[in-house]
Amino acid sequence: MSRGRIAGMVRKEFRQAFRDPRLRVLMIVPPIVQFLVFGFVVNLDIEQSRMAWVDGDRTPASRELRAAFEASGRFTVTAAPESLEAAQRLMDRDEVHSVVAVLPGFAADLARGRQARIQVLIDGSNSNTASILSGYAAEIVRGYSGSRFEAVLNQKKMARGGALVELRSPGIGLEQRVWFNPELRSRNYFIPGVLVNILAIVTLMLTSMAIVREKEIGTMEQLMVTPIRPVELMIGKTLPFALVSMLDLVLIVVLARLVFRVPFVGDAWVLGAGAVLFLLSTLGLGLFISTVSATQQQAIMATFFFFFPMSMLSGFAFPVRSMPEVVQYFTLLNPLRYFLEICRGVMIKGSGVETLWPQLAALAVFGVSILWFSARRFRKRLD
Amino acid sequence: MRAEPAVVIENLVKRFGSFVAVDHVSLEVARGEIFGFLGPNGAGKSTTIRILCGLLAPTSGRAVVQGFDAGSQPELVKAHIGYMSQRFSLYNDLTVEENIEFFSGVYGVAPERREDRKAYALRMAGLEGHRGVMTGLLAGGWKQRLALGCAILHEPPVIFLDEPTSGVDPVARRAFWDLIHDLSDAGQTVFVTTHHMDEAEYCHRAALMYRGRVIALGAPAELKAELKDDAATMEDVFVRLIERENAADTGHRA
Repeated sequence: MSRGRIAGMVRKEFRQAFRDPRLRVLMIVPPIVQFLVFGFVVNLDIEQSRMAWVDGDRTPASRELRAAFEASGRFTVTAAPESLEAAQRLMDRDEVHSVVAVLPGFAADLARGRQARIQVLIDGSNSNTASILSGYAAEIVRGYSGSRFEAVLNQKKMARGGALVELRSPGIGLEQRVWFNPELRSRNYFIPGVLVNILAIVTLMLTSMAIVREKEIGTMEQLMVTPIRPVELMIGKTLPFALVSMLDLVLIVVLARLVFRVPFVGDAWVLGAGAVLFLLSTLGLGLFISTVSATQQQAIMATFFFFFPMSMLSGFAFPVRSMPEVVQYFTLLNPLRYFLEICRGVMIKGSGVETLWPQLAALAVFGVSILWFSARRFRKRLD
Repeated sequence: MRAEPAVVIENLVKRFGSFVAVDHVSLEVARGEIFGFLGPNGAGKSTTIRILCGLLAPTSGRAVVQGFDAGSQPELVKAHIGYMSQRFSLYNDLTVEENIEFFSGVYGVAPERREDRKAYALRMAGLEGHRGVMTGLLAGGWKQRLALGCAILHEPPVIFLDEPTSGVDPVARRAFWDLIHDLSDAGQTVFVTTHHMDEAEYCHRAALMYRGRVIALGAPAELKAELKDDAATMEDVFVRLIERENAADTGHRA
């Protein structure tokens, strides 16, 4: 292998890439802009969801319950229709996402120590949002009922009069602690996924396009008659984009920290090592795409043919463990899955090599094999 | 001892599926010779030249360049040839000088020779004062000469030129042929394809290829003599040879 020839290729790639104003911008700006846009979008936490409040009771107790809903920050009461039918119409028009109906006699039931009932209606067209809202509502009602129960108990104690009786309310106290992401911010879970997807698409696209472009303009044929070795040509073509993606990686991780306050508790070197191994796979796949495509259009089609399933099956949005078992086996062949686990592990949990070595090893095996396979297809022949 | 020929082709066949692009072609090219490979578009000229350059594997037969077998030792062949393809083969988005430097690098020109070779290529292309110009902005004739300059930076003994003069104006074509003669005078073998029949006059010897086969081979004067018509242009010669070939073909089928 000649270092001079590789250096010559790399220098030429950089000259071309940074000379072309479109490409120069394309390598840095879209990844960053996409990251920022997707970073704001990928958030399942719900705040200030619009709600209709149908108060059939109109008592201090019902108003107290409404105050509890509003104080949570999860809901804003934007309408107070007279009837359930009117509330339903609001939901049909998508003006509210949930309705709470307090039935007449709510306060009286509470006072008599009977089971009081309220009705919560939730728009289920987005099942995920619905289940989250339902969880929030249940939590608020539980909290309110707990505080009422204590108040009633105290009243009862007073009513017995005479000597003060110590009545302990029985029950199990549940103390929940969520590790790694105590505030349960969904962004902490999704942002590493955005990072992985962006790096994958950038490297796949840039590599396959750079090679296919030379085929299109005819310079590839010229390169093929030079004494340059296929491996030198491959390294020369991929190294520049590997460097660009590492730059993208650093920028994205910094933005994740500064803009989205996603923690970075682990070792940056572990993430870096994971990224290098991951790039072997995506650059190798980019090379493979360039060997099966004759035009840039074909290269784009082929890139998406590989990218979408890899992205869907990475566990980025849909957890791998919720997938059908057969599909779970497929994800074992997916480099995005491994790199995503590494990113989440390093950034959120602070995992090190001792826990992430299976993923790192899988990426290494995958990367080396696909590079080897593509290199074998990458010949200096036209037929 | 007489030097072995620069190019030896023996019974060369190249099939693409059922289509026979090169049909049992045999010929030899001596060292230092300018050998013209003529014929209409689609005659199999480019396919033959690509086999000689190690870009395509022959279906059968042999192609030997500078003593190396193009079918089994393509990389050794590549180290001894210069090739200029039909398509423009420089980077439009690099400057004249950057293109020369890049190809110097991939051809593995020794570092101490690079300045010399760069000066040579610039002089040859007539671009001495324009080394910083973006290659895409050059006019056709200059581009073509620069492409030739870049293809021979490593001083290869054999040079293959595939349709180097197509799409170039007559004056630039003439200038290009002068360059080819300079190379030949310096001892380099030039194997050139063209569909401009009159360009056969500039060659030491020429072969006419038609439908994958060589139907005439010789020095321009010999080819003319075959028709017993001294006034004929090379174009007339080839048109009549092709007509004769077509007639024979119909005769066979009848």
